Amino acid sequence: MSQPPGQHLDFRELVERGEPRQIAKRVRLDRGFYLMCMAITMIAVIALLVLLGSILINGIPGLSWSFVTNFTSRDPGKAGILAPLAGSIWISAICAVVALPVGVATALYLEEFAARNRFTNLLRLNISNLAGVPSIVYGILGLTLFVRMFGLAGTTQDPALEIGGETYAMYYDVTGEPLRVPVENRSVTPTLETGTIAYMQRVLDGPDGELIFTDHWEPIPLTIVEDSANAPLANGVIPAVDAGLPVDYEVEKPWYYVQFPFGQTVLAGGLTLMLVVLPIVIISSQEAIRSVPGSLRSGSFAMGATRLQTVSRVTLPASIPMIMTGAILAMSRAIGEAAPILVLGVALFITDVPQTLMDPFTVLPMQIYNWSARFQPEFRALAASGIIVLLFVLLAFNAIAITIRQRFSRPLQ
Amino acid sequence: MSEAAPTDMNEVRGRGRPKSRVLQASWDVFARTALLGCACFSILITALIIGILAYETSRFLAEVSVVDFLTGLEWNPLLGEEKHFGIWPLIAGTLLVTLVAAIFALPIGLVTAIFLSEYAPARLRSVLKPVLEVLAGIPTVVYGFFAVIVITPSLQWLGKLVSGEAVFGPYSAASAGIAVGIMILPIVTSLSEDAIRAVPKGLRDGAYALGSTRFDASAKVVVPAALSGIMASYLLAITRAVGETMIVALAAGGLAQLTILPWEQVQTMTAYMVQIFLGDAPATGVEFKSSFAVAGILFLMTFLLTFTGYRILARFREEYE
Amino acid sequence: MTSSTPSDPSVPSAENSAAVSIPSPPADGVTSELCIRCRNLDGWYGDFQALHGIDLDIPENRVTAFIGPSGCGKSTLLRWFNRMNDTIPTARATGELHLHGRDLLDPKCDVVDLRRRVGMVFQKPNPFPKSIFDNVACGPRLHRRYSRGDLEALVEQSLRRASIWDEVKDRLGQSALGLSGGQQQRLCIARAIAIGPEVLLMDEPCSALDPRSTSAIEELIRHLRDQYTIVIVTHNMQQAARVSDRTAFFYNGALVETDRTERIFTNPTHRETEDYVSGRFG
Repeated sequence: MSQPPGQHLDFRELVERGEPRQIAKRVRLDRGFYLMCMAITMIAVIALLVLLGSILINGIPGLSWSFVTNFTSRDPGKAGILAPLAGSIWISAICAVVALPVGVATALYLEEFAARNRFTNLLRLNISNLAGVPSIVYGILGLTLFVRMFGLAGTTQDPALEIGGETYAMYYDVTGEPLRVPVENRSVTPTLETGTIAYMQRVLDGPDGELIFTDHWEPIPLTIVEDSANAPLANGVIPAVDAGLPVDYEVEKPWYYVQFPFGQTVLAGGLTLMLVVLPIVIISSQEAIRSVPGSLRSGSFAMGATRLQTVSRVTLPASIPMIMTGAILAMSRAIGEAAPILVLGVALFITDVPQTLMDPFTVLPMQIYNWSARFQPEFRALAASGIIVLLFVLLAFNAIAITIRQRFSRPLQ
Repeated sequence: MSEAAPTDMNEVRGRGRPKSRVLQASWDVFARTALLGCACFSILITALIIGILAYETSRFLAEVSVVDFLTGLEWNPLLGEEKHFGIWPLIAGTLLVTLVAAIFALPIGLVTAIFLSEYAPARLRSVLKPVLEVLAGIPTVVYGFFAVIVITPSLQWLGKLVSGEAVFGPYSAASAGIAVGIMILPIVTSLSEDAIRAVPKGLRDGAYALGSTRFDASAKVVVPAALSGIMASYLLAITRAVGETMIVALAAGGLAQLTILPWEQVQTMTAYMVQIFLGDAPATGVEFKSSFAVAGILFLMTFLLTFTGYRILARFREEYE
Repeated sequence: MTSSTPSDPSVPSAENSAAVSIPSPPADGVTSELCIRCRNLDGWYGDFQALHGIDLDIPENRVTAFIGPSGCGKSTLLRWFNRMNDTIPTARATGELHLHGRDLLDPKCDVVDLRRRVGMVFQKPNPFPKSIFDNVACGPRLHRRYSRGDLEALVEQSLRRASIWDEVKDRLGQSALGLSGGQQQRLCIARAIAIGPEVLLMDEPCSALDPRSTSAIEELIRHLRDQYTIVIVTHNMQQAARVSDRTAFFYNGALVETDRTERIFTNPTHRETEDYVSGRFG
């Protein structure tokens, strides 16, 4: 181990044999790299500014209260965004209600209960992979699973099973008033005779002479006339030629109405988005639970608490703020998704706010896509206005997330 | 008083009604089973995706030969007398858009990540992080709109300026690719930054103690040490680019062609699916089924990318635990 | 290179203060020049004052040990000697701190050049995730351009000096992470030596090691003592007694006393020092 004398000098000499690199040069390189980094990093900032700027410039002029309260229209001047806005809120609510419990439960299982074995590894790997599946593929799953239910239960137009709805066949009488006749289901054609009781919508006179259509339907006995040309012009009179197949079927849907398969309804849309965000909710909840210090758990176990008691009284309460933050961010992802909804084949021209889980819907990103895809500048301006509304909704979501994070995250840190 | 206290305490403790250990244990088992059920739901989702895609693809392949599908160089299912179902133009379109996005986002993302973790003063960081978070939270349809309204006209103007001709049409792979690049930039940045931050402080200290400048420490020690994590972030970002739908549906065009010219319009796999599901191709037709087969290929590609990405990431984490 | 540093004019004054401030001659009877001179040094982390008015002289080519209970400021002080505290944004210091006459607290002080002259070994072995060869070679490569042969010779000599050459000479291309903890720490010492420093700072270099590796490192320190000025922070008083020529005892951020090691352990001036070295607290 001992070193020969003089090696000390040799060593220094060895070190100094290299041609020195000038420190000033190296510091200049460091400085130059710093400036380059700064410039490149600014690309992200510039991209965001240009993006927001272009949207505001295009969208602000079209923004008005009527834009938010109108339904869509083929006339860009009258078009509004009420139906997609309501649809987006509906399906993100459904998505949250389903994805949150399932996601948190999965995360709890993985972090608190699961043994370290091959099955658990498979589970983790599976969730990571689900997070990478393109959202349009989830759309295909939603279409097959929820909208059509594998084609096993009738079709979307004629569902095999309906719960709680009252189905009516629709006819028009000679005055053009719609009349409904109650039927069992959509495959039944009622036989209309003189004296059959149908229902007619009550219409009231509004204050400015306009008509107000009420939800109240009054019974009216039908008169079937053979000679349509000379039929008396009165309510409830139907020419025999029109008394065959109904014009349409209408389902009066109480809030608990369900049909199988779901069809292109709010419920199917919400569940499809649930599939998209579930992996995100699971992963963010896992992180939240993992961030609870192990000492808290040990303390609980040391008092003799069972695992369930530890989870429900210590781990979960401690991680709730972070879970909620993650969940809200997942919901804002859901609100921005267009591709999976597009695959479901939802109608774009919706002029009703969805009332029940079984109503048709559309969402903001779909409407924005539809407007953006057109070449007319008026529609592109509408798209920009729609984006502002969408970003506003997202902003509200994030504001909630930040509030939760700040309000509840203090005690533990 | 002080002598009586212990007995009192025991007595008070004894007053509580004891909880049944058996009951508690069975609640535990019940909870574990219920949670396991929820966890299995995620496996069911994967199984259903694979099952549905495999079934529909097999029905499609009953009408179109698998050789034509996997080796064909022409994709023309909607127009003309003879339909062609060769997947390669769609794959090429997807790869071209992804390539443009990667060229844009991967270097910028890495440099931004290095800057954020090694250089940026706290105040600058507190501005940049929210900017990236906002970019990450913007819905992709908005990036699509941005591509249509800003990127495409800019490219058209630039193309004309450089070549004097209108090289860029209203749709181009480059326009969509740049928008996709902006979209994945925050993903690359945040995942790479996580990887760089995961490099133990000891390695940085070691590098600085040897007389490294910040650049030396970053380029010769920290970034090489984080390399596998950075690679994983690249793969995960590319997965997002491959599966991106709304941007390419708006900006890339609708013509499936084999090209590597970024100013040409291309159709990606996802854009084709949009065309089918949005259009009125009959639900029983071979075109409709073809979209499931395309989805199957897309799923396979993203599956492989994510799988590799997470494998690399897991190895990276092991290294520093 | 050396002539470009501003140290030369101030060397005489450093020598003067050395003569004044080291009361007793070093143990071996050979007078030593002053390496580090520290006057009224206060150090902060944010609002927390970690160092209180430290006055300390560290002689050249000797081993000086810093002892004291956890959180007493000994590591903080050590990290000012090569300005490693720069990596902590809230750290700052006032007072006087000179190394061979160079003002270490001067904001214009060239830390890159400073750290080239002051090597450091950390508490936890921190080899880079590279090959053994590259671990040692990366420091020299930062500062100079070497021919392949010179670099190989330098790496070999550094590894020899760190007494690890025989163990790794057949696997220089393998990852350094495959070495044992003790080997990793000696590799880190080789890495620090390879840039040719004058001073070696060791921050509890054995606290993460097993007893056998510890004695190997101590042996190594004894070998290096007459070629380097070594400052070692240690928790282990026996270690301080075994390897050091001089010992400084710190308590609550203040330097309680400093003297030849045998005096500190046999006949300390201060009560706290005696209580600490006799194991009554710490």
